[in-house]
Amino acid sequence: MRFRAPAVGVLRIMPLDELTAIYHRASGQTHLVASPVPEILAALAPAPATLDELLARLAAGYDVVDPDAEALSARVAELVALGLVQCA
Amino acid sequence: MRHVFSLRIGPVGFRVGADWREPIEALRALYDDYPKPHDGIPDFSVRLFAARRWRRWVRPSITIGGDYVLPDAAPLPLPLGLLAAEMGMNLQMALGQRRYLLLHAATVERDGRALLMTGVSGAGKSTLAALLMVRGWRLMGDEFALLDPATGLLHGFPRLVSLKNRAIGVVEQALPAGKFGPLQADTPKGDIRHLKPDAASVAAMDVPARAVAILFPSFGHAPDMRPVPPAETFVRLTQASTNYVALGERGFGALTHLVATVPTHAIDYPDAETAVAMVERLWEQAA
Repeated sequence: MRFRAPAVGVLRIMPLDELTAIYHRASGQTHLVASPVPEILAALAPAPATLDELLARLAAGYDVVDPDAEALSARVAELVALGLVQCA
Repeated sequence: MRHVFSLRIGPVGFRVGADWREPIEALRALYDDYPKPHDGIPDFSVRLFAARRWRRWVRPSITIGGDYVLPDAAPLPLPLGLLAAEMGMNLQMALGQRRYLLLHAATVERDGRALLMTGVSGAGKSTLAALLMVRGWRLMGDEFALLDPATGLLHGFPRLVSLKNRAIGVVEQALPAGKFGPLQADTPKGDIRHLKPDAASVAAMDVPARAVAILFPSFGHAPDMRPVPPAETFVRLTQASTNYVALGERGFGALTHLVATVPTHAIDYPDAETAVAMVERLWEQAA
């Protein structure tokens, strides 16, 4: 299964401190998220990806201390449930 | 309605109508030098009426109505008419205001820069705002701060300061020449007495100001102060806003910008005098 970030302009992302505020224009909802959510959204932005591809992109772009496909899968599933990530 | 009074508080015009003379006379006495709504057209109407005809005379009780209503609000006895009028105006703002992001907060201003204070009921916002006014700050409002999403500026909403219970005596003592409304005892929030903002605050009500500090005061603890990170401030202010959701992205933009640019502190204080000193010390550091 591949996942994709919302189209450009659907999210308004505002880093505050360790937390980032995200306004989801489609639903009008505000989300307050912690790492690795902003990083996941950024990694999915260029193109849809499978979980393995996403993990590789994250590992390439950030200092991933403990690359864990299972944990990433859980985070992505939460983002799909929130509507912040879609199944491609 | 038989008795009517129109006024403007900051950018918002109200028309308050009542079945009885007393609440309108009380408003007229305390808001005597407030301007009228722009072009004579109010933004909101408040109606204080008897739900049944005989309730106008027999144990008269005031039902609060207007453009926006809470269907289950309990009526108030006629001696609490001023409180009913104030609640009616607050209700219109809380339910109907769409131009400004409404924050349940007190705001004071000095040298063109505003201090925003927010907290749960009983945290001491109104008391602190009144005492700072006594010390020369401009009172922009004790209940609602109006944040303009277009400019990021705070607009004044200097309605009557609502002093409750022990705060009444504290402020009466600090401001013996102040213009107070009647003591309204045994309201749902205890004893309430309204204080009219001073002449300088009323005269400057149309002058907006930029917030340079946010405070979360908390009464009843040993003096303490700690910085509050932006995300926590953001969450607390969304909770303190009555119309954050209704404003959509405009509210998001205004609030994230506010918390990202304005330093925030939580202060604990045991008494009002200590709090005023802490606020003024913090203000000097921020200057």
